[in-house]
Amino acid sequence: MATLDIQARSATTTPSPGVRQQLDVAKLIDISKCIGCKACQVACMEWNDLRDEVGHNTGSYQYPPDLNSKSWTLMRFYEVEPEPNRLEWLIRKDGCMHCVDPGCLAACPAPGAIVQYSNGIVDFNQDHCIGCGYCIAGCPFDIPRLAEIDQKAYKCTLCSDRISVGREPACVKTCPTGAITFGSKSDMLTHASTRVADLNSRGFQNAALYDPPGVGGTHVMYVLQHADRPELYGLPKDPTISPMVELWTGLAKPLAIATMAFVGFASLFHYVTKGPNSVSKEIEKEEEEKA
Amino acid sequence: MDLSRRQFFKVCGTCAGATSLAMLGFSPNEALAEARTFKLAHTTETRNTCPYCSVSCGVLLYSLGDGSKNAQAAIIHVEGDPDHPVNRGTLCPKGAGLLDFIHSENRLQHPEFRAAGSDEWQRISWDEAFTRIARHMKDDRDANFIENNDTGETVNRWLSAGMLASSAASNETGWLTVKMARSLGLVALDNQARI
Amino acid sequence: MTNHWVDIKNADLIIIMGGNAAEAHPCGFKWVTEAKAHRGARLIVVDPRFNRSAAVADVYAPIRSGSDIAFLGGVIHYLLSNDKIHHEYVRNFTNAAYLVREDFDFNDGIFSGYDADKRQYDRETWDYQLGDDGYVQIDDTMTHPRCVHQLMKQHYSRYTPEVVSNVCGTPKEDFLKIAEMIAETSATDKVMTILYALGWTQHTTGSQNIRSMAMIQLLLGNIGRVGGGVNALRGHSNVQGITDMNLVTNVLPGYLRLASDKEQDFQGYLDARSPKPLRPNQISYWQNFPNFWVSLAKAFYGDAATPENNFCYDWFPKLDQPYDVLHMFERMHQGQMNGFISQGFNPLASVPCVRKVHEGLSKLKYLVVIDPLVTETSEFWRDMGDYNEATPADIQTEVFRLPSTCFAEEAGSYSNSSRTLQWHWKAADPPGDAKTDTGIIAGIFYGLRRLYEQEGGAFPDPIVNLSWDYDHPLEPSAEDLAREFSGSALVDVADPKDPTQTLAKAGEQLSGFGQLRNDGSTACGNWLYCGSWSEAGNLMAKRGTNDPSGLGFYPDWGYTWPANRRVLYNRANCDMQGQPWDPTRATIHWNGQQWVGNDVPDMRLTAAPEEDVGPFIMHPDGVGHLFALKSMAEGPLPEHYEPFETPLGVNPMHPDNPLALNNPATRIFPNDREQLGGPDEYPYVATTYRLTEHFHYWTKNVLLNSILQPSQFIEMGEELAAEKGIKNGDQVKVFSKRGYIRAVAVVTKRLRGLAVNGRTVHTIGIPIHWGFIGVAQKGYLANRLTPFVGDANAQTPEFKAFLVNIEKIPTTTAV
Repeated sequence: MATLDIQARSATTTPSPGVRQQLDVAKLIDISKCIGCKACQVACMEWNDLRDEVGHNTGSYQYPPDLNSKSWTLMRFYEVEPEPNRLEWLIRKDGCMHCVDPGCLAACPAPGAIVQYSNGIVDFNQDHCIGCGYCIAGCPFDIPRLAEIDQKAYKCTLCSDRISVGREPACVKTCPTGAITFGSKSDMLTHASTRVADLNSRGFQNAALYDPPGVGGTHVMYVLQHADRPELYGLPKDPTISPMVELWTGLAKPLAIATMAFVGFASLFHYVTKGPNSVSKEIEKEEEEKA
Repeated sequence: MDLSRRQFFKVCGTCAGATSLAMLGFSPNEALAEARTFKLAHTTETRNTCPYCSVSCGVLLYSLGDGSKNAQAAIIHVEGDPDHPVNRGTLCPKGAGLLDFIHSENRLQHPEFRAAGSDEWQRISWDEAFTRIARHMKDDRDANFIENNDTGETVNRWLSAGMLASSAASNETGWLTVKMARSLGLVALDNQARI
Repeated sequence: MTNHWVDIKNADLIIIMGGNAAEAHPCGFKWVTEAKAHRGARLIVVDPRFNRSAAVADVYAPIRSGSDIAFLGGVIHYLLSNDKIHHEYVRNFTNAAYLVREDFDFNDGIFSGYDADKRQYDRETWDYQLGDDGYVQIDDTMTHPRCVHQLMKQHYSRYTPEVVSNVCGTPKEDFLKIAEMIAETSATDKVMTILYALGWTQHTTGSQNIRSMAMIQLLLGNIGRVGGGVNALRGHSNVQGITDMNLVTNVLPGYLRLASDKEQDFQGYLDARSPKPLRPNQISYWQNFPNFWVSLAKAFYGDAATPENNFCYDWFPKLDQPYDVLHMFERMHQGQMNGFISQGFNPLASVPCVRKVHEGLSKLKYLVVIDPLVTETSEFWRDMGDYNEATPADIQTEVFRLPSTCFAEEAGSYSNSSRTLQWHWKAADPPGDAKTDTGIIAGIFYGLRRLYEQEGGAFPDPIVNLSWDYDHPLEPSAEDLAREFSGSALVDVADPKDPTQTLAKAGEQLSGFGQLRNDGSTACGNWLYCGSWSEAGNLMAKRGTNDPSGLGFYPDWGYTWPANRRVLYNRANCDMQGQPWDPTRATIHWNGQQWVGNDVPDMRLTAAPEEDVGPFIMHPDGVGHLFALKSMAEGPLPEHYEPFETPLGVNPMHPDNPLALNNPATRIFPNDREQLGGPDEYPYVATTYRLTEHFHYWTKNVLLNSILQPSQFIEMGEELAAEKGIKNGDQVKVFSKRGYIRAVAVVTKRLRGLAVNGRTVHTIGIPIHWGFIGVAQKGYLANRLTPFVGDANAQTPEFKAFLVNIEKIPTTTAV
């Protein structure tokens, strides 16, 4: 995608050059149609020329156990009983939500490492990534992951390379049951409403779209059978950009400028003594504890 | 803003840990984010069928090279055939992973022979393989072929050898295989349909 | 499948039982989600496990593995006792009104004619009453006590909801809810489809499981219907094609049954397979058997097959008994086999009781393995410690391993579950020296033929005369072979209606099986595939995407046997006047002169409805068989029998008759019976199955799939896990009388204990995909556990219901 298609970029005070408005795209994941086959995981790895590790089963269908720098999407499996004696096996495709107000982009201190195209895709540019991991802290959905090999952050690109030539994302194309669909955001909203009506007719009175306003809406949305209880699916109820990120972009910015020299020194010292990834690891750990 | 003590430290950490010069009005001076080049742009596309289950999804095989004499095609990507009435471009996790079947490190490359009592393979030529297999089969068939049963009825069968045919082989292979098997008088013949 | 994949979208109700379509056939399952989304269809899943199909079902009910006939018998009882049947269809299109012999009988689980010593039935009495005119006697009121309808009512009166619940462990209210939903499709404008697979076939009662559902579909008027049918979701990509080609012990290509030893007379053999109609005006299409057989013999032996030598009838082997895969390995185990060819098959992994298979392979003189991948079978001799205990020095089998191409490196056709033949094209060369399968078969055969030509030997005639008229004899092309099995005229074929007209000139490809002749003037390798490569070219390569009916038939995509017909028995989609039962789902109809419509009519085109020609044209009586006559080994009406390893020790339907404990007609070899375990030592029901991430034993060689499901596990319910002190993620050992495996335990709510006949029956789920070869983590072949006994008709092994025990492996010794 060309520069003119860019709408926002991280840590950049000069205005974004984007003057063009592309069609707003969106991916809709209908959990009521998902069979958890993991074709999306395979298609994602295959298309992006990634291969995760062959590990060991830890007592679950879910593999790998969590997202990582080689698995940008993951089926998460939840055995729940929303009502007594009514077992449901909810399977959610996890991955980047491509927020309208992306917390990762707000948190990122590396100029141009995170960009938002005018079609809504939030993409990472590893050439500019400094491996600090703030995008992880900034993400209300706990999506980006640092790669051990290069200490850069990775996540779903919404197949920006495919979309830029007019193709749908790899996971969307492969999805055998049509649980993942792709199109303009407005078409996806219409589609979602027909899905919700169908689920209502099957007794799911709380079925609804998950397009959380706290992050300005998302370009990856879910249809949930139990939208009143997103936590059943491991989703935050009212995701917002975390307060620290707001601090960082608001209050901390002048502070940072004022202490620039010190910061430069401190970070160098930090790098030499602890390596580039230690801060982010701490943040990751805290995030895990929180989860 | 209601900050817990822990979040407060985190915010401080964010400030102190920042390595960016962005606050001074910096902006990246090169292409901001070029999406990765579309890798299929000039590959060759071949229609094929997924070899796994009996849905027989249409697949498109993308290979390097345009068929020129000096270019040996190498398959680099597999994707569903959007025209196929059944799968309409979709593929399950098996079909979507076909590339790693084609290039599996466990693909056999050469005819091999394991001698009686041996614990290793030795590479042999196709000629040698066919010659030795044919010799085994002929000796066995000649010694054990049953032209007539105990009551003198013509039965023309060979019971001391058997064959399991592949349900993943093409109809054409199946046809050639059944011709060979029945002409030899094989009746111990079966395929995965049973299993 | 009687219908086809896309047609599932036309169903109002979909039941998945004896299969797990979402996991095993995800891309076909899409048409279930389409039916739900666009027709408002409902999905029922009945399975021992709450599986990934159940995850998207409207209704799920658990069932004890091995009790499906009790469940389905209960549904039949529900339909008959509540009069929820499609009356016009049942009366006209099934044998419900047909009278059965007075001496046919059923007594405490055993039908008339049983010989307990032979474990076989004399099926003489399982027949119709014939009138003096040679036709079956009928009572259109269906009230005669010997009519099939009344016999069924009586037979299934025992299958009450209480009995179903007691035998199956399915809660009564769940069963009744499902029976009610099924019954609604007896309406003419409601259609149900059934999707099943190995969950029904892999039982000693497998064939009768399927028959039970076929009977339900006949009672509901759902066969031949758009959106209906009985749909076997088959396994491998070309398992349908290889079945059609009949790489099977007792059948020749096109389901032409091989002769038995007794059938020394050629004409007698043909006559026995060409039955005369049993009702007036019926087609009884198998009367064409001689056309099919003689054309096949001409494709095999060309000019050597002449009327004088009965077209080489004697050159085809005769059978004293079937030599199916179980029988094969039994004989191998007894040391009665010297040689074995394994083409794209991994029997060490896929055949029951690995120990027995291993011992059998060790007794061979030579083993030939043809495969694109390393398989356990080719390395059975290798010492892999616990995973494969072997002492290579003691194993005298010579093994040849021949690398074949995979799909991407060859051209040819596969027949999918919809019976559609689709051509595929080569995209790249194979790795190393790998060769096409046809090149490998040709190489072996040519080696043999050369030896027979040089040395002579035992009955060389069929070998040296086998027709081999290919452009590249050492590697026949797929194109040459496809033209050959499709068939051609050897001399001009005249039109029987007007002998001055020629249907096909000598040397031309035939356009369909109607052109086949029994006089040697045509050659065709498989009558069902006749016309797939006609004078118009390779129809399997057609890729037309038009769908004029909007029902998903895609008539110009590939070639569907028979005669490019997408729904079998489609005459039954219409009422007695020849008009569609449901005009919104119309295929063919009678236009006053002939049958026309969106599909190729499965009916003589000019057969007016008032001629009363039945839609089941392959049957001599033209109707669907609720009563199976003599076609099934264990009886004409399905009856519940326990698995050979039953957790109950008794058949609750026949507690006092030990002969009726298990399927009375199942063959079991003596040493295998000794290897059966009982519920005291092995109290839990085990069932083996596939996961969606893997394909049999192939994809453990595929990195992407190995990443998704890297290592072996078993599944068990929380209640049983608590009883055994097993926690999620623990290492466990599962063992049967025949062997053991070690794996991680996945403890789940999706498996639960069921109340059956006064006790709680727990199920342990065993995914099959691991072995001692692959890029996935090493594991134990699941068939180390399974019993060596198969279905009484098909000999498909009982992988779905057997007994095991389980114990936690203490952490210190975990592997």
